[in-house]
Amino acid sequence: MMKRLAIALAALLMAGPAPAAVPAECQMAQHLVDNALPLPHTARAISANKLTVLVVGAGSSTLPGPKGAQLAYPARLQSALTELLPGVAVKVATDVKAHRTAAAMVKTLKAALTAAKPALVIWQTGTVDAMQAIDPDQFSDTLEEGIVIARTAGADVVLVNAQYSPRTESMIALGTYADEMRWVAVQHEVPLFNRFEIMRVWADLGTFDFTSAKDKLAMAGRVHACIGWLLADLVTEAVKPDEPQTESAR
Amino acid sequence: MAETPLERKPVQSNPQMAPVSTERDLRLDLFRGLALWLIFLDHIPSNAVSWITIRNYGFSDATEIFVFISGYTAAFVYGRAMHEHGFIVAGARVLKRAWQIYIAHVFLFAVYLAEIAYVAHSFDNPLYTEEMGVRNFLANPDVTIIQALLLKFKPVNMDVLPLYIVLLAWFPPALWLLRRAPSTALIASATFYALSLQFGWNIPAWPKGMWVFNPFAWQFLFVFGAWCALGGAQRIKLFVDSAVVRWLAVAYLAFAFSIVMTWYFPYLGTFVPFFASDFIYPISKTNLDVLRILHFLSLAVITVWFVPRDWPALKSKMCWPAIVCGQHSLETFCLGVFLAFAGHFVFTEVSNRLPMHVAVSITGIVIMVGAAALVSWYKSMERRGPRPPAAMPATAGGGA
Repeated sequence: MMKRLAIALAALLMAGPAPAAVPAECQMAQHLVDNALPLPHTARAISANKLTVLVVGAGSSTLPGPKGAQLAYPARLQSALTELLPGVAVKVATDVKAHRTAAAMVKTLKAALTAAKPALVIWQTGTVDAMQAIDPDQFSDTLEEGIVIARTAGADVVLVNAQYSPRTESMIALGTYADEMRWVAVQHEVPLFNRFEIMRVWADLGTFDFTSAKDKLAMAGRVHACIGWLLADLVTEAVKPDEPQTESAR
Repeated sequence: MAETPLERKPVQSNPQMAPVSTERDLRLDLFRGLALWLIFLDHIPSNAVSWITIRNYGFSDATEIFVFISGYTAAFVYGRAMHEHGFIVAGARVLKRAWQIYIAHVFLFAVYLAEIAYVAHSFDNPLYTEEMGVRNFLANPDVTIIQALLLKFKPVNMDVLPLYIVLLAWFPPALWLLRRAPSTALIASATFYALSLQFGWNIPAWPKGMWVFNPFAWQFLFVFGAWCALGGAQRIKLFVDSAVVRWLAVAYLAFAFSIVMTWYFPYLGTFVPFFASDFIYPISKTNLDVLRILHFLSLAVITVWFVPRDWPALKSKMCWPAIVCGQHSLETFCLGVFLAFAGHFVFTEVSNRLPMHVAVSITGIVIMVGAAALVSWYKSMERRGPRPPAAMPATAGGGA
């Protein structure tokens, strides 16, 4: 993967005078955006120069305050994709509401798909299910159901797992739900954006201090900006036309 | 510490206990001690050192080892009590043990409450509006605490002791049957396991969901351990020691390892055919998935292959720290849960870098060993009666 990354970076550097690049602080975890799975619907939409993405999520897909939605990663994803995909009209729609389990999101998924007609669904889930101790089997079934619904509507799916939240780690049992997401992703060949591990690496390296008491809203904005960038990186990597997506990449 | 007793007596028993021919298998204490260390390492969230624990390389984890060995030693200790003093006395001792574990669980819950109350006061971050919902349960402490006392509300990492309590509460009749008709008891246990999977039996939890460790499923491993202790191990010895079984175990461990690698390196997942992954997933820990049992059994086969009962190192200083922890498993386990809370607290409030992870992990294990040695010293002192014991240094770092 490092090689692929290096090639991509080299290509970016040689591409033009103003290469859009992932900001340095986000790059600290870029090696974790490791996707070898194709996103065919997204690729088709990009080659038609019109990409609509739907972000489905709960409380951690937005930020509080009047500018919350602007600072949160869906909006950041839109600007990052616009930069990375010149000439493509990128639109990121959201279906984000706090305290929703995966099952609650699946309930409104069809309506959201009909409204937005996305080529790609980015589905953030796991935290609320863990907090409410939803039956893991049921959680896993719900994920599968959502993936099938999105694919039937002509959209690819990327799963986004829970945030790394150091203070509540010993109170929210994320483990089982993270495992279920990983297994469903492997089984259905859906890319998993490992937000938990990415944020943990940032914490380990000191890129972001999630327990700091200072400038918390500013830091939250930077974290979401990075998540937006790395999601955009995952999407553009998966649809690179000149790179073989199947056998040789593996 | 050379005189550490060969058999553990969890309950103070008759001093004139008849001598028994079977000596306690130190391997049990060794591996239970190691399992307790691994559980401790795994319980500290995001602990870098937990990469060394077995759950990262296969399907099963230290919980299986702990439950199996606990079943084995329970049958060993209470089986003899039942033989000598009858069903009522042995049963009463088992229930007293279950009560002790319940008290330990409630103590840990108090520690948990203290931690969450602290977080509720100090934690406020726009990034974590969703996660801050954990504070809500403090809004109704009346309900929460009662549900915790009923073992229906179990915070993170506090699921093993309730399982143990339920297993012990059932154990007297199970032990009675195991001693009368071991095969019947084992088949009954396996049937019960299968039925619980088939019909989704489990105990409801609060506020939602089911017990994280389904006692109807996990009882099988406990009973299997007990069955091995009561002569079953001898019966399957030829089978376990056969070359075919050993190599099957090696093959299965290799298979599990390669599957687990696809979780960390998703692009490897494309090598797993769809029908295979459909068969494999999900691997339920709650219901003790068959794949997990097979993984544990394979580990056990390999272990008895390389570690014979009379392995000289078992009596060496090198193995003593783990053995002493395994001999005082309840105390060590509870301390481990507490230390995991404390370790996590250090990570979030002091430093979250790798050196701190290593330091916290090692310090925690040293404290567990020290405390187990102290408990061992207390017990040997009590056994010797009211007269003052000979001087024996207590290892530092106990209590906590």
